[in-house]
Amino acid sequence: MLRRVAPPLRRALASSAVQHRGGARLPDPGLSSPHALPPQWRRWASAAAASSLPPPPPSPPRGPPRHAGGGSAASSLNPAEVAKFAAIAETWWDAQGPFKPLHLMNPTRLSFIRSTLCRHFRRDPYSAKPLEGLKVIDVGCGGGILSEPLARMGATVTGIDAVDKNIKIAHIHAASDPTTASIEYCCTTAEDLVKENKQFDAVISLEVIEHVANPLEFCQSLSALTVPNGATVISTINRSMRAYAAAIVGAEYILRWLPIGTHEWSKLVTPEELVLALQRASISVEEMAGFFYNPLTREWSVSDDISINYIAYGIKKSEAPSATPQ
Amino acid sequence: MTPTPARASAAAAHALLRRTRCFAAANRIRTASRAFSSAPAGASEPQGPEKVGGVRAGDDELDVAIVGGGMVGLAVACALSNMPLTKHLRVAVIDSNPALKSTNYLKKDGIPDSRVSTVTPATISFFRDIGAWEHILQQRHAFFGKMQVWDYTGLGYTRYNSRDVCKEYLGCVVENKVLCNSLLLRLQEQKEDIKKMVYPTRLASLAFPSKSRNVGVAGLKPPSTEAEELRRSNLVKLDLSDGQTLYSKLVVGADGSKSNVRQIAGIKTTGWSYPQSAIICTVEHTAANDCAWQRFLPSGPIALLPIGDNFSNIVWTMSPEEASRHKSMSPEDFVMSVNRALDFGYGPHPNSSSLDHYVERLFSDFGGTAASTKECFEVPPRATGLISERMAFPLSLMHSHDYVSKRLALVGDAAHTVHPLAGQGVNLGFGDAAALAEVISEGVSVGADIGDLSLLNRYENDRKAANVAMAAVLDGFQKMYSVDFGPLNVLRAAAFHGAQYISPLKKNIISYAMGDRKSPLFS
Repeated sequence: MLRRVAPPLRRALASSAVQHRGGARLPDPGLSSPHALPPQWRRWASAAAASSLPPPPPSPPRGPPRHAGGGSAASSLNPAEVAKFAAIAETWWDAQGPFKPLHLMNPTRLSFIRSTLCRHFRRDPYSAKPLEGLKVIDVGCGGGILSEPLARMGATVTGIDAVDKNIKIAHIHAASDPTTASIEYCCTTAEDLVKENKQFDAVISLEVIEHVANPLEFCQSLSALTVPNGATVISTINRSMRAYAAAIVGAEYILRWLPIGTHEWSKLVTPEELVLALQRASISVEEMAGFFYNPLTREWSVSDDISINYIAYGIKKSEAPSATPQ
Repeated sequence: MTPTPARASAAAAHALLRRTRCFAAANRIRTASRAFSSAPAGASEPQGPEKVGGVRAGDDELDVAIVGGGMVGLAVACALSNMPLTKHLRVAVIDSNPALKSTNYLKKDGIPDSRVSTVTPATISFFRDIGAWEHILQQRHAFFGKMQVWDYTGLGYTRYNSRDVCKEYLGCVVENKVLCNSLLLRLQEQKEDIKKMVYPTRLASLAFPSKSRNVGVAGLKPPSTEAEELRRSNLVKLDLSDGQTLYSKLVVGADGSKSNVRQIAGIKTTGWSYPQSAIICTVEHTAANDCAWQRFLPSGPIALLPIGDNFSNIVWTMSPEEASRHKSMSPEDFVMSVNRALDFGYGPHPNSSSLDHYVERLFSDFGGTAASTKECFEVPPRATGLISERMAFPLSLMHSHDYVSKRLALVGDAAHTVHPLAGQGVNLGFGDAAALAEVISEGVSVGADIGDLSLLNRYENDRKAANVAMAAVLDGFQKMYSVDFGPLNVLRAAAFHGAQYISPLKKNIISYAMGDRKSPLFS
């Protein structure tokens, strides 16, 4: 079900596609330095940097079989792959790059998550690592821009994403900081983890549900991944006129923050629908908040206006889901 | 955890709580029962002292490396060690100054140092928050509740009184070495082993991580040494002159107006030198002085600041030639010169004049004049002797184009120097320190990388406006007084009178000088 996942994923694909069209232009000037690569790759890198023609694909980008990246067997990567991931990783983590909106929004999302999880698990909000000892999963983790902060807050984080490339990027980026190096990234889907009977204290899936084929089933999977009395946090975009104006017309067509087509109007989920879907999956929604973007200060803030971007926090019911939830 | 006194960080937490409250309002679809009681207490491990999860970073790996252990650098260290969210950070201060080894209070007797700062109530409350103010109170300091500003034309004067703004004092004069020592003593209380924190050496070189880290390389083979290399390639490398090498997530440049860190980082500055030098020294009176005095002379302002007992500090701005002449003249001549400058020299006392009358009539319509409007002009106490060296230094205005870059933040004089005429420079620096520590704390609370540029930008946005405004006000003052031109003199005098008589404006000016952030005119 997660084949068509998060906008981040699409954006990653889109940005890599652009690079293909534009030839072997490496997006970051620093990267074109051959010294950034080990000797055996320098030849390829300098050749690529010099060439302005659309090169033959260095190696089929989708070539490596799935299982190569599923784990962390990074040593079996081929040079072209790694160089390309490094390039994309830079854009994933470039706060001014294609993922800028997510970077801008991130602290606001995280402060909501931090305060709700602190209350849910009765953690000290004055602690630097309030989530210590909690198993948290980030479903649709992309390059890991949510997983890493969660790990810094002390959580034992698992990040999953259906796109192999994102997992590799996230893995490589997290390795540069000892506190985030322990994140377990895995290219898989929520459904597959459910089959493995994996469970987590907190399940977080931000900006994903509007891209899945069947939100109802997706909620069921998230619920199955949550331990009884555990917390579930979901954020998405409302299907309202204001959301249409802001997130589709504004962000995609006017501001060009997102590639056109990132969000399909008909697939957006309203808060009422989300609450119902979660309720059927035996998660009771406890709190909701909206995110508000102020174009003048260029800052996001938490508000009670859930008509555009919103986030919901729910508790998984302890008893087994009854047959007829109402 | 017990509530801590660190109000600064509590503010961050308050912000969190405030948001939390708004969620409750937000939550329209929320079910009635809050199943918190049934929520698991988690795998409740008590919050031990924070250790880096999993991989333990080496001793040479830091979170914050502060280059420069002056007042502002130590204030950053002290603020970080006082906030609940940042106290676990590994912080180092790099400075070869032997004074950083002090573990005792400085003696109150003896002659005060001539390098002093006028700290504003805003700075005092910052020092209280970080627990360093008690140490100041144990050492030499001088509160003052009155201030008189006048100029040589004899047309205007203004007296400020702390009563006008319902405060006990307008500010406090403290020796710079006392400020440093107090911060140091506070750090010693906070960190059991401060020796590990202070590196008594100098920075030899600094290398920022290249924009594109060798992500690909280490992703390929992660044996432990390469993992370490990768980690370090993402940090700032600091080579110290004693041969040690440190790695840090964030470097704080607190190394003064000629900041080495700023130059290495390639951050440009804007500014100009004033054709002025300042002479500073300590003088003695026959009785204690409890008022801050400032008189604008044709060559620049002279300030007489109380520093406790019968001592006062002189900050006298003049042309470089005059400065060198005043520096080399005999102490007796110098004292005479000072007394002249603070009394009848260059022009008459501002007494009730026809202009006064006009202004009073003009502004009486606005009603409600401040209490001190009635206060008469006073002549400052005469200096009886010069008791310290005279030091002269050139003045300049400098402003750094950027305060931050990736993994770097500049604070204090490294980011901006202003004209010293209102003693605002160090207060701006402490404002920087408080804001930077706050931003780092916010970053920790949301799990950000503390060297992340988008986080540090919030510090820059916060401080740049405040610092530029103050620099502009002071520069304007300086420019206004560098011209001796009849009509302008009258205007200046009128401005003084305006300030003296329109009490709301006067209150605003006092508040601004005391460290409130609002501009005096547009509030």
